[in-house]
Amino acid sequence: MDSARYAVILVHSTSHAIRAEKVLHMAGISSKLIPVPRQLSSDCGVCVRVARADREAALAALAAHTVEMEGVYDV
Amino acid sequence: MIYFDNAATSWPKPPAVAEAMTHFITDVGANPGRAAHRLAVASGRIVYEAREAVAELFDAPDPLRVVFTANVTEALNLALRGLLRPGDHVVTSSVEHNSVMRPLRALEREGVELTVVRCSPEGALDPADVAAAIRPDTKLVALNHASNVVGTVLPVAEVARIACAQGVLLLVDAAQTGGAYPVDVQADGIDLLAFTGHKSLYGPMGTGGLIVGERVDEARLQPLKRGGTGSRSEREEQPDFLPDMCESGTPNVVGLAGLLAGVRWVMARGVDTIRAHEVALAHRLIAGLGEVPGVTVYGPLDAELQTATVSFNVAGMASSEVGLRLDDEHGILCRVGLHCAPAAHKTIGTFSAGTVRFGLGAFNTLEEVAEAVRAVAQLAQEVR
Repeated sequence: MDSARYAVILVHSTSHAIRAEKVLHMAGISSKLIPVPRQLSSDCGVCVRVARADREAALAALAAHTVEMEGVYDV
Repeated sequence: MIYFDNAATSWPKPPAVAEAMTHFITDVGANPGRAAHRLAVASGRIVYEAREAVAELFDAPDPLRVVFTANVTEALNLALRGLLRPGDHVVTSSVEHNSVMRPLRALEREGVELTVVRCSPEGALDPADVAAAIRPDTKLVALNHASNVVGTVLPVAEVARIACAQGVLLLVDAAQTGGAYPVDVQADGIDLLAFTGHKSLYGPMGTGGLIVGERVDEARLQPLKRGGTGSRSEREEQPDFLPDMCESGTPNVVGLAGLLAGVRWVMARGVDTIRAHEVALAHRLIAGLGEVPGVTVYGPLDAELQTATVSFNVAGMASSEVGLRLDDEHGILCRVGLHCAPAAHKTIGTFSAGTVRFGLGAFNTLEEVAEAVRAVAQLAQEVR
């Protein structure tokens, strides 16, 4: 899906999302907390959106800080 | 007016506490974790920052293992009820507050076996007595870090080493120490730390929590309550991860905003600085009261071995009368009676008369201590 502009990272909870946002900020990656897109999950919570180009760097930063992820989707 | 009831709740609070709470009510206000709009995220950030601040203060490695509760009593109930099952054995001390003793007595009726290790009349605990009480079926040792009656600090790090070697978890009730005395969950080996927000963290009432250490398997921790968490909403079962599994219902974000400001104030001033100030106050108070004829001071009588909470009695005058007259005639506010800790009073020999308790805090001064000693001396003089 090369036309994807964003990668959406699903995490357990709002607490995890805010931790992810902080980790990404420290890694110099801009992110935005958004509602979980309904096509990805029926959860009513928050997830982390980064630019598609930052996807791999974001995942590496989150893994390095042991932020558990539930899934990653290009949108 | 002299406020000497900081062991019940600290007052005054740093101005930043009320400012942070006003800011939340006025400018944020949204429910954290229940939506993703900007105010909900701002609210969630306050809660997360509070987790981080508490984790940093107590040297806990993972802010997501900081569970917020309504108070330290709820945190203690969560740990005790959440981990102990019929047939399990638990060890505690004879100077515990009813926030530990009452849940344990109730669990005892449900089949949990309880050993209460006797402390000295000064409120001191010998770690060897805890070691002797541990059995193969012991699951938990539950201790307050310091007595709320006489301030005696218990040797939690020594007990932690004993418990850890036996595969037993250690729960510490830091209600009287957190913020006023160094607490380091990693260095001290504390598996579960129950804390209050409204005493020496200088936050508002309605805040507290439980830090769940890495040795605690959260799959074995039963939540006290279940309900909405804003996460895993597609499921009718409670989430199985921390902190959500133990935090159902809308949290007290206005309180947590205040707690965050309080913890930041404590960290900016420094726990060691606060402790040194309170040791100086307690030293002067113990020495001053000790010189008053007719006054009996309880506890270790050594400011280095206790918090700045000092219990005493005046011969020939009930503690309730002392408290009333200190308030009415001298503007000194303190707490009298049993302090919700009948076991502790039995241990120090003041059950059921109770004691007068001066609970000093970071905002008290040596001048206030001197004035209070003069007031007690005047009352004692009248009785003699």
